[in-house]
Amino acid sequence: MTSTSQTPASDAPKHGNKPQKIAKHNSDNALVRGLKVAGRGIATVWSVPKARFGIILLSLIILSAIFAPLISPYDPKATGFEAGANPTMDHWLGTTANGQDVLSQLIWGGRISVLVALVGGLLSTCIAVIVGLSWGYIRSFFGEFIGFIVNLFLVIPSLPLMIVVAAYLQNGGMGVIILVIVLTGWAWGSRVLRSQTQSLRSRDFVTAASFSGDSSPRVIFHEIFPNMLSLIINNFFGAATAAALAEAGLEFLGLGDSTTVSWGTMIYWAQNNNVLLTGQWALLLAPGLMIALLAVSMTFINFGVDRLSNPRLREGSSR
Amino acid sequence: MRYFLGKIGLFLLTLWAAVTVNFILPRMMPGSPADAAIAKLAQNGPVTPALRASIEAQLGVPKGNLLSQYFQYLNNVIHLNFGVSYSNFPANVSDLVGAALPWTITLVGVVTILSFVIGTVLGAVMAWKRGSAVDATGSVGSSFLSAFPPFWLALMLLYFLGYVTGLFPTSGSYSASAVPEFSASFFGDALYHAILPGLTILITSLGGWIMGMRNTMISTLGDDYVTFAEANGLHQGTVMLKYAARNALLPNLTSFGLVLGGVVGGSLLVEQVFNYPGVGLLLFQAVTNQDYPLMQALFLMITVSVLIANFIVDLLYGVLDPRTRR
Repeated sequence: MTSTSQTPASDAPKHGNKPQKIAKHNSDNALVRGLKVAGRGIATVWSVPKARFGIILLSLIILSAIFAPLISPYDPKATGFEAGANPTMDHWLGTTANGQDVLSQLIWGGRISVLVALVGGLLSTCIAVIVGLSWGYIRSFFGEFIGFIVNLFLVIPSLPLMIVVAAYLQNGGMGVIILVIVLTGWAWGSRVLRSQTQSLRSRDFVTAASFSGDSSPRVIFHEIFPNMLSLIINNFFGAATAAALAEAGLEFLGLGDSTTVSWGTMIYWAQNNNVLLTGQWALLLAPGLMIALLAVSMTFINFGVDRLSNPRLREGSSR
Repeated sequence: MRYFLGKIGLFLLTLWAAVTVNFILPRMMPGSPADAAIAKLAQNGPVTPALRASIEAQLGVPKGNLLSQYFQYLNNVIHLNFGVSYSNFPANVSDLVGAALPWTITLVGVVTILSFVIGTVLGAVMAWKRGSAVDATGSVGSSFLSAFPPFWLALMLLYFLGYVTGLFPTSGSYSASAVPEFSASFFGDALYHAILPGLTILITSLGGWIMGMRNTMISTLGDDYVTFAEANGLHQGTVMLKYAARNALLPNLTSFGLVLGGVVGGSLLVEQVFNYPGVGLLLFQAVTNQDYPLMQALFLMITVSVLIANFIVDLLYGVLDPRTRR
């Protein structure tokens, strides 16, 4: 948690009417204040048991992906082992039809899945924030136009769109996968953020800021944006979950780069090698379970973030 | 009336945009689909100049400027003329889609409605008993269910219920020995084949409906009119169903409409695992075989039906919730 050594005066810096002179001083305070708010937010999220479980689980998955070279017993692409072996002491999860160690693949595979989830989620959230906030704030023909585009993307079914785009851009690898995930993932978030922006726009502090001469971008990003942070974080984890599942689906269909090691391609190869017939079901179970755990961890964190953004959803609260 | 006219105008505009996106999309991508297509056709036999010309016309290989290509495309779309499939030469795209559509609509449609009804009821109960053990178990359970990748759940069910125990068939939509006809035995056989794919779609989609209904209903439960109804001493069941649940249903109806429109797209991942001959599997085959006319037609059909469903929901919404008309 951040320090409490703050002067009382810094507790009340108003955004609207600040002369240029104290701008720097003000931004220092804003940083301290920001950290304080972040600390309180994390404490609130942490206090929800489900979210705590999610944070721990996600951290474990991320850590194992980062330290894959240290903890994985073998090289994930090394093919020298007995092919199609069942779990043994040497190979806890057995080996693939090409004689690769499944456990090592599982640990390394997390890198791609986690990366796509986080990058895909982050990029679609960024677009959602920019579009949603300006769409909600600007009242003009331009706003109507943005609304039309967003609605168009909302009604175009995302999985077919992803697959068709991925098919046109053949074998582009991870970049293409992230691109199609972002292309299909941003619209929903911008709609949610837009309606929240609309309701914040009529609040007094926003009116005050715009009357004191702040430009629209400044009002949007200095006044409205901080008040929507919890909703944005919520949107990020939602988008990242969707990205993880979409990536796995695309790779399972063979539309990704099938030479990389990821949880999606592991399932793709497992099915291609007919593990259902050979009875090596662990090859399917393990990567799928990891994808599910990654998605669950982020969904659970969102239970905690929900508590920040919508107090009515507080668990255990009775009327 | 102005509300409805506006909605109709917006619908037509969106429809035009979607049709146009479908025209532009292949043209924005690197490489020429036509060359790939003609190369593919050449494997099946000699490509006559007439056929080549018709393929090029369909895909808009430089023949006239972009504008005249566009009008040609619009003309084809209006006449539902989507050309010849490359991967199933010389079958018409329309015939292929027509054969796949009934399977998908029955399977995915029935399961979607079932999932919406069950999910909404469960979500309403959980919201009503929020904070209780029922709610806690339900929330955790449904977030686990929606976190499962659908294709993975499909593979697991296929392995344990299909291969290991042999309880259910592992592939296709009816037995090889059965003849498609209007008879009880054929319907029974088809139903038997639909259980595993149906179960997969149900399990993976249920969580979303449960949480959607639960969260909106918790919001409506906090509204003044609900408190007022309770203060008036109305029966608990009346308050729950006629006040809270009824108003919470509206926002979920929008997503239900969208999902229902998407039903014609099938459930690609699940259909692929179970080799179920629906639209999703057809789209997957079109993609893997670079069958561009089929791909374009399917994508257009899916988009347009979602648009229509969305339009109907919009109109219904205006009737159900008069506030939106203002």
